[in-house]
Amino acid sequence: MADVIIEPQVHGPEQEEEAEWMDLNMGPQHPSTHGVLRVKLKLDGEIVRDAEPEIGYLHTGFEKSFEDKTYTQGITFSDRMDYLAPPINNVGFVMAVEKLLELEVPPRAQVIRVLMMELARIASHELWLGTAGLDLGVYSGFFYAWRDRELVLDLNEAYSGVRMMTSFTRVGGVAWDLPDGWIEQLQRFIDLMPPRIDDFESMLTNNPIWLERLRGVGVLSAADAIECGVTGPMLRGSGVDYDVRKQFPYCGYENYEFDVPLGVNGDCYDRYRVRLQEMRECLKILQQGIDRLPDGPYASANRKVALPPRGELSQSMESVIHHFRLVSEGFKGPVGDVYAFVESPRGELGFYLVSDGANKPYRMKVRPPSFCNLQPLKKLVDGVLVADVIAVMGSMDFILGDVDR
Amino acid sequence: MSEHVVETLVQRISERFAGALKESSDFRGDLSVVVDPGSLVGVARYLKDEEHFNYFLYATAVDWPAREPRFTVLWEVRSLANKTRIRIKTTATMPDPHVPSLTSVWPPANWHERETYDLFGIKFDGHPDLRRILMPDSWEGYPLRKDYVSFGEPVIFSDQKLEGLEPDAIRG
Amino acid sequence: MGELTLRPVPTPTGRAAGPTPLNALGNNVLTTTLDKVINWGRSSAIWPALFGLACCAIEMMGTVGPRHDLSRFGSEVFRASPRQADLMIVSGRVSIKMAPVLRQIYDQMPEPKWVIAMGACASSAGMFNNYAIVQSVDKIVPVDIYVPGCPPRPEALIDAVIKLQRRIRGEPLVKRSA
Repeated sequence: MADVIIEPQVHGPEQEEEAEWMDLNMGPQHPSTHGVLRVKLKLDGEIVRDAEPEIGYLHTGFEKSFEDKTYTQGITFSDRMDYLAPPINNVGFVMAVEKLLELEVPPRAQVIRVLMMELARIASHELWLGTAGLDLGVYSGFFYAWRDRELVLDLNEAYSGVRMMTSFTRVGGVAWDLPDGWIEQLQRFIDLMPPRIDDFESMLTNNPIWLERLRGVGVLSAADAIECGVTGPMLRGSGVDYDVRKQFPYCGYENYEFDVPLGVNGDCYDRYRVRLQEMRECLKILQQGIDRLPDGPYASANRKVALPPRGELSQSMESVIHHFRLVSEGFKGPVGDVYAFVESPRGELGFYLVSDGANKPYRMKVRPPSFCNLQPLKKLVDGVLVADVIAVMGSMDFILGDVDR
Repeated sequence: MSEHVVETLVQRISERFAGALKESSDFRGDLSVVVDPGSLVGVARYLKDEEHFNYFLYATAVDWPAREPRFTVLWEVRSLANKTRIRIKTTATMPDPHVPSLTSVWPPANWHERETYDLFGIKFDGHPDLRRILMPDSWEGYPLRKDYVSFGEPVIFSDQKLEGLEPDAIRG
Repeated sequence: MGELTLRPVPTPTGRAAGPTPLNALGNNVLTTTLDKVINWGRSSAIWPALFGLACCAIEMMGTVGPRHDLSRFGSEVFRASPRQADLMIVSGRVSIKMAPVLRQIYDQMPEPKWVIAMGACASSAGMFNNYAIVQSVDKIVPVDIYVPGCPPRPEALIDAVIKLQRRIRGEPLVKRSA
């Protein structure tokens, strides 16, 4: 009796040589796909053998819409692509136009852009922490993350009037100057945040369940990461030092001191650490931004491109004419094509703009970081358990608005 | 990129692939080269292996209906080590526009080329899995072409007459 | 100084007399209609199905978040499975590829079910008057409440849920309009 050992190969049913794998559809409506993504999984028991993502469920035709709208109208559209960090889309869009026009942006506008972008980065990483944690069972983390995110949305609303879709940039600068008291509110936010990020750190970083779920899962080596074309924290989590803000600085980023956190192993845990540390670096940049905020105009003085301030309209006839031309028709750009790129919380967000001399883009192609990050999904989940697929997708931090456009 | 670097790179490409390089331009600091479709894969492989352009950015196309050839298909790649970028362009003509696929050189081009096929109808020869990616599989037409009217619904304003209009039109 | 006399406490009557069979009945029985009771039950615990599509989904998450807490109003959890939900908040733009999926999820929800079209894109395609977006979700499913905004504030969504609750309380039990 004591020696009865059941061996499946001997005592179990006859195993077929080539068993067919089970098709499991992680459909477009799923709590953990972070949007409407369909992943067609082929399972061998609980182990994933093939994962094919199917996208297009949120395709909105942004690129076609851009061809129809003037440059200023397009800014409002650009918000809705990567809708977790809309200010960053705004800046990328106008940077492409400014590169085409060779337009200088005044220093105050540059600093305001940096402040809004870093706030958006914090908000996006907080949301990522909340939802990726929620997928893995960290129910309370969701509420902590949203508590902090609401503070950023308050700042957005105080500046632009809208919680999320700020549309705060204009070609040549920003749309409005900072309201009174905004800098003080931002300073309070900066003082408030470090203990809250430390809260997350203490809750998750050495948590045995978190480590068990994320360590060694979804490993992407540095060479593979470059070969697969991934970007952002996925690339940095694998140890590749590539952050657009450091390598190709824009909006004055070369003047700020901040570090770029890098991972070592390229697994989900390293990506989590990278993002958490990035939030702290954002606070550093925000503090430096407040300290160096210069006085001056918030939009370019080139009246052919940027609207004149309203006070001028009652005094100067040319201002009225410029205002009229800009609002009704917009400005025309030279013929040519440019590529401008910014660092979004997901990676390198690029805008390829082709102009034929009209007042609207001839072709505006968006290079979305999430599209590029999602491609190697099959490679990352080969041979893991189904539950790890959720962890990997959470750590990729893609957003379907970006993937599908 | 500095002018010197650009010039030497373009020189090296044109020496290596005589006749393939149609034109090159450096507009606002972005280097683009227009390459003949036949030698596209060779140029791409040379750029990746010997010029260290190892990081793929994106691929897309531009539709110029008034020009012949109609489509410009382009890929943009970056060299992480040298901090440079290059845009490789080629052309495709109607009917049945097709260009070689660069998936064998840069694997991430896979989805980008599928998207270009989906939205423009340009076929990529040698692509492992060319099918629609963003639109439903049964969709007819290529939305980003300039002659594809992006229909939505006509918006009617209150001073217009309503007879003879489709029942679904939006009434303002 | 007069005498300090304590006035006697009057004998309690009525409810203060304590429970008698007749009083007990008066406190513990209420009469109403079946419609009202069932509608009160249905409206007080509406559990939405998770149907976040795009940007409005982020504001929907914000509505569930700690500042604007939707579960105060009965929507304690968002059910991932449509079979366990009774409200579908279509939050975000519905693309052509997603439309059949939307209809299928709606069909999988058991009656009684309601739909809130959250945001401009769900109500009327918003700013996307083009080939890829279904021009209003009411072409596919019947909508009870439309919430304007791009995206609507969490307070607006809470207002929509409260309006829906009022509407449910007024619904007749037997014949429910589809």
